[in-house]
Amino acid sequence: MSTRIDRRFDKLKAEGRPALVTYFMGGDPDYDTSVAVMKTLARSGSDVIELGMPFSDPMADGPAIQAAALRSLKAGQTLKKTLQMARDFRRDDDETPIVLMGYYNPIYIYGVERFLADAVEAGIDGLIVVDLPPEMDAELCLPALKAGVNFIRLATPTTDDKRLPKVLENTSGFVYYVSMTGITGSALSNTTEVSAAVTRIKSHTDLPVCVGFGVKTAEQARVIGASADGVVVGTAIVNVVADTSADPVEAVAALVGELADGVRASRLAVAP
Amino acid sequence: MNKPAEPNSFRTGPDEQGMFGIFGGRFVAETLMPLILDLEKHWDEAKNDPAFRAELQELSTFYAGRPSKLYFAEGLTRHLGGAKIYFKREDLNHTGSHKINNCLGQILLAKRMGKTRIIAETGAGQHGVASATVTARFGLPCVVYMGATDVERQKPNVFRMKLLGAEVKAVSAGHGTLKDAMNEALRDWVTNVHDTYYLIGTAAGPHPYPELVRDFQSVIGSEARAQILEQEGRLPDVIVAAVGGGSNAIGLFHAFLDDRSVQIVGIEAGGRGLEGVEHCASMNAGKPGVLHGNRTYLLQNDDGQIIDGHSISAGLDYPGVGPEHSWLRDTGRVDYLPILDDEALEAFQLTTRVEGIIPALESAHAIAHAIKLAPTMGKDQVMIVNLSGRGDKDVHTVAKMLGMEI
Repeated sequence: MSTRIDRRFDKLKAEGRPALVTYFMGGDPDYDTSVAVMKTLARSGSDVIELGMPFSDPMADGPAIQAAALRSLKAGQTLKKTLQMARDFRRDDDETPIVLMGYYNPIYIYGVERFLADAVEAGIDGLIVVDLPPEMDAELCLPALKAGVNFIRLATPTTDDKRLPKVLENTSGFVYYVSMTGITGSALSNTTEVSAAVTRIKSHTDLPVCVGFGVKTAEQARVIGASADGVVVGTAIVNVVADTSADPVEAVAALVGELADGVRASRLAVAP
Repeated sequence: MNKPAEPNSFRTGPDEQGMFGIFGGRFVAETLMPLILDLEKHWDEAKNDPAFRAELQELSTFYAGRPSKLYFAEGLTRHLGGAKIYFKREDLNHTGSHKINNCLGQILLAKRMGKTRIIAETGAGQHGVASATVTARFGLPCVVYMGATDVERQKPNVFRMKLLGAEVKAVSAGHGTLKDAMNEALRDWVTNVHDTYYLIGTAAGPHPYPELVRDFQSVIGSEARAQILEQEGRLPDVIVAAVGGGSNAIGLFHAFLDDRSVQIVGIEAGGRGLEGVEHCASMNAGKPGVLHGNRTYLLQNDDGQIIDGHSISAGLDYPGVGPEHSWLRDTGRVDYLPILDDEALEAFQLTTRVEGIIPALESAHAIAHAIKLAPTMGKDQVMIVNLSGRGDKDVHTVAKMLGMEI
C-alpha cells in the first residue's frame, strides 16, 4: 500500500534531490499560530512535515523542544487538538505527508485503536514514537502498519550492524537516522561519520534514509543532503517560533526557504 | 481493570520481555536499547557468578554493615498497646539508608561492564549519597541529578555528596523533584552512552533495572524473614514499607510474597489528601501509563500528561512507582494505602520520643500506618516495619513544618 510518504520520496528521487523534513511543535505557542506555521512549512519548501505531539516529560529532547512542549500544553494543546491540526491542514493540502512525532503515553491513554482510526481519518501518514523500540512493536507499530500508517523508526550511532535488521524489520516510510548519541538541539557531529552511517544503513534497506538531530542551517542541510535522502530540521524551527521579537509565521517562512535552497543545492556538486 | 489471574508464585517475575503482567517493559529511545540489552547480558552473567556474589557479600558485610538488625520496638509497642512492632534497621547501614544495598551491587556491575563514569538521580538525596559513596570508594567520577526543590529541602545530603566528590546538578524543570531529575539523567545517559553507567536508585525504569534493583534490595526481606523466625519463632502477621519508586518496599516484600499468611502493606504518600493533586499516591489515584522506560501506575491527566505530585518527603515525591508494585497491586497480593503528610510528621515525632530513633520522613509514612494498625491487633501478633533510613537529613523540613528555627 503506497502512502503519501512513499509517493513524495518517489517524486523527489525522480527530481534527484533530498527531502527537507521539518519538525515543529503542535500547539506552540497557541493552536491558531501553530496551524499557520504548519501551512507555511509546506508552502515554503518543506517536503515532509513532522507534527510534534507535546509531552510533559520529553526525555530525548533538549531544552528548546522541552520548552516548546510546555508552552503548547499550557496553551491547552491535547492529542485530540493535534489531530485536528492535521485535519485543518488537509483542507488545503492533500499531498504533503504528515508524520506525528512524540512519546507513547498520550497515545496509550487515548487508546491505540481509537488513535489509529482518528489519525487515518485526520490524514496522518506516519508515526515516530521515540520511546517504542522494536522490542515493543506489539504496542503500536504492528497495529499502525495494519491500519496503513507508516511506522518510522529511529536508527542511532549505537545501532550496530547486528541490531540494524531488527530496527528495520517493521520500519516503513523512511528511516530516521539520529546523527549523534544525544538529545535534540545538540551540535551537529562529524558529517563524514554521518554519511558513512547513512551508507551503512542503505546497505541494509531500500527505504529512504533521513538524517536529523543537530541540523540547523542551510549549509548543514546541503552537506548532509549530499548523502542522505532527506534532512530533518527541528530545533532551529522551534527556536524561530519561540523568538517573540518577530512574527513566527514570517520567520519560519524565511528559515524554511533557506533550508529548501540548501537541500536543492546538495546534489549539484556530485552531479556528473 | 480486570484482576490478573493469581499466579502459583509471586516471586518469578519479570518474564523475558521484562514484564510483570502488563507492567514493566523497555520503553526507551533506540540509542539506549543496545546498552540496556548489554546490561541485561552482564546482569544475567553476574547474578550466577560466585565471584561477583562473594565480592558483593564481602562489601555488604564489612563496608555497609549487613546484616541490619531486626529490632523489637518495645517503646512504640507499649505506647500503642497492640501488636508487637519490629523495625528492620536499614537506617543503621553505612550512608544511613537501604540505598547502599543497590549501589554496591550496581557499582560492581558497572565495573564489570567497563564503564568509567557514573550518573544517578536522587530525590531525598539518600540514593545520591549512596551513589557518591560507592563512586568515591571505587574511584569513579559521579554526576548526581537532583530537582532544584529537593536541593533546597535536603541541603545536608547535597553537602555530603559534594564532600564525597560527586557533582550535584540541580534540575529546575517541572516542580524540580525526582521525576525531573530522572528525565535529566536519561538525557545525560543518551548523550554519554559509550562510557556512562546509569545507577538508577529505585526498582523502576526499563528492564532489567526493576529486577536487578529488587534483587540487590531483597536482602532486606531475606534477612528479616530469617530474623523473625529466629526471634519470634514464626512469620509476622503484617509487614509494612513506604513506597516512592518502591525499592525498600520490594526489598522487604519479595521474600514474603509466597507466605500467604503474611499481610503485606505498601504505603504511598498521601500528601495533603487524595482529593486534589497534592499527593503521590499513584496506585490509589493514578492509572497505568508509560514513563521513564516502563509501564506502571502514574499520576496523569486525561491527555496522558504526567502530573507533578506532592509529598512532605522528597523520597516519595514521584508520580510513578516501580512496575512490580503495580502488578502486586492488581493481583491483590499487596495492599497499597495512603498516609498523609501530617500523619507522617506525627509518626516522625512519636518514634523519636518513644524509641530514641529519628526515622527518615519516608520511613515515617510506614510507621504511621503501624501506629494506626497496631492497636487494632492482638498483643500476640507481630508486625515488621521497614525503617528504611534515618531522619537526620529531614530535620530542617520538620523544623519548618513545626514552625521552629534551627
